[in-house]
Amino acid sequence: MLKQIEGSQAVAEAVALCRPEVISAYPITPQTHIVEDLGHMVKSGKISPCEFLLVESEFGALSACIGSSAAGARSYTATSSQGILFMMEAVYNASGMGLPIVMTVGNRAIGAPINIWNDWSDSMSARDAGWIQLFVESNQQAVDVHIQAFKLAEELSMPVMVCMDGFILTHSYSQVDIPTQADVDGFLPPFQPRQVLDPAAPLSMGAMVGPEAFTEVRYLAHHKQREALNLIPQQAAEFERVMGRDSGGLLKEFECAGQDTVVVTMGSVIGTMKEVLSDMRDQGHSIGALTLRSFRPFPIEAVREALKDAKRVIVFEKSLAVGMGGILANDVRMATRDLNLKVHSVIGGLGGRPITRANLRRMFEKGLNDQLHNIHFHDIRIDVVNRELEREKAQRDSGSIAENILHDVGVVAAAKTI
Amino acid sequence: MSDETVVQTKPFAVTLDAGTSLLNKTGTWRTHRPVYVDRLPPCNNACPAGENIQAWLFEAEEGNYEAAWRKIMEENPFPSIMGRVCYQPCERACNRVKLDESVGINSVERFLGDQAIKYDWKVPVGQDTGKRVMVVGAGPGGLAAAYHLRRLGHQVSVFEQGAKAGGMLRWGIPKYRLPRERLNAEIDRIEEMGVEIRLNSPVRDLKAEMAAGGYDAVFLATGAHTPKALDIPMTGNIPVVEGITLLRDVELEQTKYLKGRVVVYGGGNTAMDVARSAKRLTGFTPKVIVRRARERMAAHEFEVHEALEETVDILNLRTIKEIRGNTFVLEKMVASDDGRPHPTGQFEEIEGDVLVMALGQDTDLSLLDTLPDMEINWGVLTVDAGMMTAYPGIFAGGDMVPSERTVTTAIGHGKKAARNIDAWLRGDHYTRPEKHQVVTYDMLNPWYYSDAPRTVRPTLELIRRQSGFAEVIGDLNEENALFEARRCMSCGNCFECDNCYGICPDNAITKLGPGRRFAFKYDYCKGCGMCATECPCGAINVVPEEI
Amino acid sequence: MPYLPESKQKVKFYQTGTFTVGNRLLEDDQRSVQATIDRSNSLDSGHRACQGCGEALGARFAIDAAMRATNNQLIAANATGCLEVFTTPYPETAWSIPWIHSLFGNASAVASGIAAALKVKGRDEVRVIAQGGDGGTTDIGLGCLSGTFDRNDDVLYICYNNQAYMNTGVQRSSATPAAARTATTMPVGKQPGNAFNTGKSVPLIAIAHQIPYVATASVHDLHDLELKVTKAMQIHGARYIEIFVPCPLGWGSIPGDTIKVARYAVESGMYPLLEGEYGEITAVTKIRKQVPVAEYLKLQKRFAHVFKPANAHQLAELEGIAARNIKRFDLLSREANANE
Repeated sequence: MLKQIEGSQAVAEAVALCRPEVISAYPITPQTHIVEDLGHMVKSGKISPCEFLLVESEFGALSACIGSSAAGARSYTATSSQGILFMMEAVYNASGMGLPIVMTVGNRAIGAPINIWNDWSDSMSARDAGWIQLFVESNQQAVDVHIQAFKLAEELSMPVMVCMDGFILTHSYSQVDIPTQADVDGFLPPFQPRQVLDPAAPLSMGAMVGPEAFTEVRYLAHHKQREALNLIPQQAAEFERVMGRDSGGLLKEFECAGQDTVVVTMGSVIGTMKEVLSDMRDQGHSIGALTLRSFRPFPIEAVREALKDAKRVIVFEKSLAVGMGGILANDVRMATRDLNLKVHSVIGGLGGRPITRANLRRMFEKGLNDQLHNIHFHDIRIDVVNRELEREKAQRDSGSIAENILHDVGVVAAAKTI
Repeated sequence: MSDETVVQTKPFAVTLDAGTSLLNKTGTWRTHRPVYVDRLPPCNNACPAGENIQAWLFEAEEGNYEAAWRKIMEENPFPSIMGRVCYQPCERACNRVKLDESVGINSVERFLGDQAIKYDWKVPVGQDTGKRVMVVGAGPGGLAAAYHLRRLGHQVSVFEQGAKAGGMLRWGIPKYRLPRERLNAEIDRIEEMGVEIRLNSPVRDLKAEMAAGGYDAVFLATGAHTPKALDIPMTGNIPVVEGITLLRDVELEQTKYLKGRVVVYGGGNTAMDVARSAKRLTGFTPKVIVRRARERMAAHEFEVHEALEETVDILNLRTIKEIRGNTFVLEKMVASDDGRPHPTGQFEEIEGDVLVMALGQDTDLSLLDTLPDMEINWGVLTVDAGMMTAYPGIFAGGDMVPSERTVTTAIGHGKKAARNIDAWLRGDHYTRPEKHQVVTYDMLNPWYYSDAPRTVRPTLELIRRQSGFAEVIGDLNEENALFEARRCMSCGNCFECDNCYGICPDNAITKLGPGRRFAFKYDYCKGCGMCATECPCGAINVVPEEI
Repeated sequence: MPYLPESKQKVKFYQTGTFTVGNRLLEDDQRSVQATIDRSNSLDSGHRACQGCGEALGARFAIDAAMRATNNQLIAANATGCLEVFTTPYPETAWSIPWIHSLFGNASAVASGIAAALKVKGRDEVRVIAQGGDGGTTDIGLGCLSGTFDRNDDVLYICYNNQAYMNTGVQRSSATPAAARTATTMPVGKQPGNAFNTGKSVPLIAIAHQIPYVATASVHDLHDLELKVTKAMQIHGARYIEIFVPCPLGWGSIPGDTIKVARYAVESGMYPLLEGEYGEITAVTKIRKQVPVAEYLKLQKRFAHVFKPANAHQLAELEGIAARNIKRFDLLSREANANE
C-alpha cells in the first residue's frame, strides 16, 4: 500500500508488520519518531501481543532485548549516536550470545562536540561487534530491509543492525509502499529460537569461556557472518519474489560495470550522487557507482567482482577513523588489494555537513583529474583549519578548538550579536 | 533458504547444558575431612543406672512414648519410681544448664513411667536358658538384677526378709515422695515377668540356702539397714527413735509416739524425710541438728530445699552434747578451711519432746558367716569390676558394697551384676562397650536451641504439702512432657536436624532419610568445615585428610 | 495448603525445638526447603566457589526456595561476578535451572526483558529472578535496577551482599562497611580501611521506589530467608531481597565460620533484617541473642586494625553504627515477638 509518510513512521510500520513481541527503547534524536510510533501502536493494541519497555537508558534497552530474545520473544530496539555507545557493552554481548535482535540505528554523529546531525560514526563504532550491519539508501529500502533483517537474524541467530541516515531518512517524507500483513507473514515465519530460556529444558546461557575455546567461539561468529553473505542475497531474492520489488542484496551497482571510475558508498547519499553521475556520464565521463547494503559482513568477493574493471575508485563515506582515514575505504582497499586500481578515500558529510550536487560534482571532477588526496576531506573549510593550526603554533593555550573554529565560521560571533 | 548454511544447534561454549558441573569433583581441594561421630551426652555419662537418656528423650520428643519407655526399660525397670526418687545427677550434668536450665529429664521419665502403668505396657522375657539365679534382697538393686536376668531368660528367685518387696523404696522413702501404687505397679510388672519373690524369707546362711535351692549364681543386695549408733549422755526419758525405723513406722502408720517438738539428728536424706514427715504428723516445726555446714550436708540439694520450703528448721554446725529432760544441749561447731567441723566449747540449749537419730545405716553381713573368704572392709563387701565377690558365682551390689548408697546406684548395680552374671553363666566375660568422648558445652552450637524455660512442675500448695502425705511433686501432662523432652539438645548424637545437609555450600551431603541420618559426598566436599561448626549437637568432627 | 504459613508468628518453631534447618518436629510443610530430600539443588555440586562460600550457600537457599514457591517454574538472570564465574565456566554449569548471564550491570534489565517475553507468551506461571553481587547491584547495576523498580516489572532481584568486589580481588564497593580493609581501602593512614560516612543502602533505596516488597536476609537464618523469598514469589511486580553472605577469602574469616559470621553481623546490629512494602518498613527480625560488635569484628581479619589501641575510635564508631541500627529499626524490643 503506497503511503506518503515520514521515514521513521515507515520503519515503525514495517517493524509492526514483523509482529515484534518485545520492544524496548530509550529516546534519542533522531531515533525518537520510530519508537514513538511503535509505542503508540503497542498501546493502541495494533501490535499485539507485544510489551513495550520504557527503560532508563540505551544500556537497559538492549539489555532488556537480550533477556526477551533469550526467552524466545522477537525483540526490537532502536537508537542513535551516543545511545549506541552507551549500550556498547550490550551490543557485543547480544552478538556473542547469538541473540537475533533487530536494532535500527538512525545514524548520527558522536560527540564531543555534541552534534545531532547525520554521519555514520555511531554504526562504525560498532562495526566489529559481531552484528550484521545493513545500510539503506531510501525509506522504501528501510521498510524492506527491516522485514528481511528479522528473518536473517533469526535464521542465523545473530543480531542485525539496520543503519539509516538520521534526519535525511528518518525525518523525510516520501512515498513508501508498505507491504500487507499477509505478505510479511508469508515471508517471515514465527520466531523459532535456537536456544530459549524455558523451565521445561533448562540451559545456561552466557558461560565464561577461557583461552581453551574462545578462539573457536570467535571463529564461529566470523564463520556465521560469512554464511550471511550467501543468505542475504537469497533472502533478497525471495523478498523480491513475494513483494515484487528489488531491495538490494549485499550491494547494488549503478552503471558501474565497465566504468573507469567507480564511486563506492553506502546509505542515502547515493540518491544525490546518482543525479550527479548521470549528468557526468551524459557529458562523456566514464564514472559509475556501487553502494553497499551489507557493511558487515563485508562482501569482499562481490565488491572485488564489481570493481574488477575499474581503474579508479572513490570511496565516499560519512565516517572517519581518526588518525587513519576512511573506514569503508580501508575495507574496499582490502577487497581490491590485488587489482590494478587506485582507491581514494573521501570523508564527507560529517556531523550533517550538507552534501550537494555541486560539491559532489567538484569532488568527482577532482578525482577524474587525479587531484584527490589519498585521504580527502570533502568540502572542508581548510582556511578555518589553517588559522586554528597557526594559533596553536603561536600559543600553547589556544582555547577550545571547537569554539575557535565556530568563531572563525562566524556562528559564535553571530550568536553574540543577537 | 539454504539448510546447509544454517546450523541449528545451541551456540558453542557460550551456552551449556544444565547441571554438568557434577563432572567437576571438587573433593580434591580438601585438606580436612568432616566425619560423623557419636559422642557421649553428659546425662548418660552421669546416670548411675546407665540410662541412655538422650536416646529416650529423642523418642519422647516425637511423642513415641512407648518407644521412649522401652529405651529406659533396657537399662532401668523403674521409670515411674525413678521419676520420683532419683536425685537427678543427669540434670546437674546437663549441658543445657549453661544455656538456660537443665532439661527436666526426671519429670519426663516419670511421665513415661506413669504412661506405662496407665496403658499396662509389658516387657518381653528372653528365651529360657535353664539357669537359676538367687537374688537376696528385694530392694531396688535386687529387683533390678532380677528383672534384667529374667529378660535374659534366666529363672530368678528373690529372697526378701520383709513382708513386702521394695526395700528402701518402701521403707525409706515416704509416700508423699513415692505413692505406693506406683511402687507396687513397677514391682508387680517384674513379678508378672516370672520373677519369683519370696517374702518373709530371710537368708541366714547363704551357703546352705544356695545348696538347698541348687542355684547357679547369686546376687546379694541386702542393703544397709542397721542404724549407726551414737552414745549421747541423757537424763529423763523422751522417746528416742531411729530415723529408718520412724520412716518404716510412717509407712505402717504406727507413729503414735511421735508427738510435740521433734528434734532430728543428722544431715542426710533420711533426716530430711524424717523432718518433713514429722512436720506433717505433729504440726510442730521440727528442728534438725546437723554437724556440718549447710553447703556440705549429705542430703541432696533438692531435698534440703523442699524441707526448708516446708519451714523445717535446720541448725547447722551443731552437735548434741547431752539431753537433760526436754533440754538439748548443743555445742556450736566451726568449719575449718577444708570444711571439717571443729568444736568451739560454746553451748546453747533448745527444747524437744522426741529425738530421731538419722545418722546413717550399717550393713548386716551375718549371712556370709559361713563363707569365710568373703572380703569385708569398713563394714562393706568387696567385689571386683564385674561385681563378683571372692566366691565365683556370688555377686553383690547396692548399699552392701562400696557405693554412693542411692536408689539409682543400686539399680545400676543390679543391671551391671545381671550382665556379668549372664556372661559368667555362659562361661563368658562381660565387656562394657567402649565409652565415647563426653560432650562438653563448647562442642555445641547453642544458637540453634531456643530459649525455652524449663517447664515448672506443678507443685501442690505448701499448706497441703505440710499437712498430709499426698504426693508433693505433680505430674507433667502430655503437652509439657513433650515440650520438656524437646528441650534436649541431643548432645553428641545426630538428631537429624538437617543442618549439615542444609548449610553445605557445596551440596556435598546426602540425606539418607528418617532414622538413617546423612552421608558425606566426599567427591564434592571441599572440607570447609561449616557442617561441623553449625552442627548444633557436636556430632561432626573435622580431621586432617590423609595425603 | 501454602508451603509456609502466612506469617512467621504462626510457626510454633521456637516452642517445638530448634532453629535448625529441618526441625523434624515441625510438620513437613513447615520445614525448610533445604531440609527436603527432593529440594531442587538449583545450584549443584561441582561449582568452583571457595571453601565456605556464603554466596554459593545464599544462592542455593534463595533459588531453591523460589523454585518451591513457583513449582519449579523459574528463570534466572545473573550479573557478572563470583556467582557467575564459579557456576558457569565452560564446559560445565552448576545450574539446573534456565539461567542467563549477560553483563555486570544489566541483570535486572535482562530479567525485565525475560519477564516481558513471558508476559507476551502468556506464560504467567513462569517467574523471573535477577541476581548479582553487591558490586553488580549497588554500583554498576543500580541504574538498570532502578529502572526495573520504576517500571514495577515482575522481577525479584536478589543481591548477594558480600560487601566488596570479590571476583576482581576484594576492592571496595558502595556496600563495603566502614573501616573494612579491601584492596582499595588498605588499613593505612589516619583512617585505616574504608572511610566512615560513605556507602549506601540499596534496600532503603528500593523501599523508596515504593515497590511491593523489599527484604534483607542472612544465610545464618534460613527459615527467615526462605520465608522472605517465598513471600516475594507470592507477589507480582518488582521485588528486592538482599542476602548477607560472608566471604571467607575477602573478609579473612575461617571458611567454617561463614554462618557464624553472618549470625554475629545480624545479632550485633551491624546488619539489620528488614521487610518493606510499598514504601514503608513493615517488619524487622529481632535480635535474638545480642552479640557485642567486637565479637563480630574479631572473626574477620578485614577489621583487625580496629583493635589496635590507636584505632579505638574506629571500634567505637562501628559500635555506634550498630547502636543506631538497633535504635532506628527497633531490633531489640520484645513486644512484637509472638514466639515467646
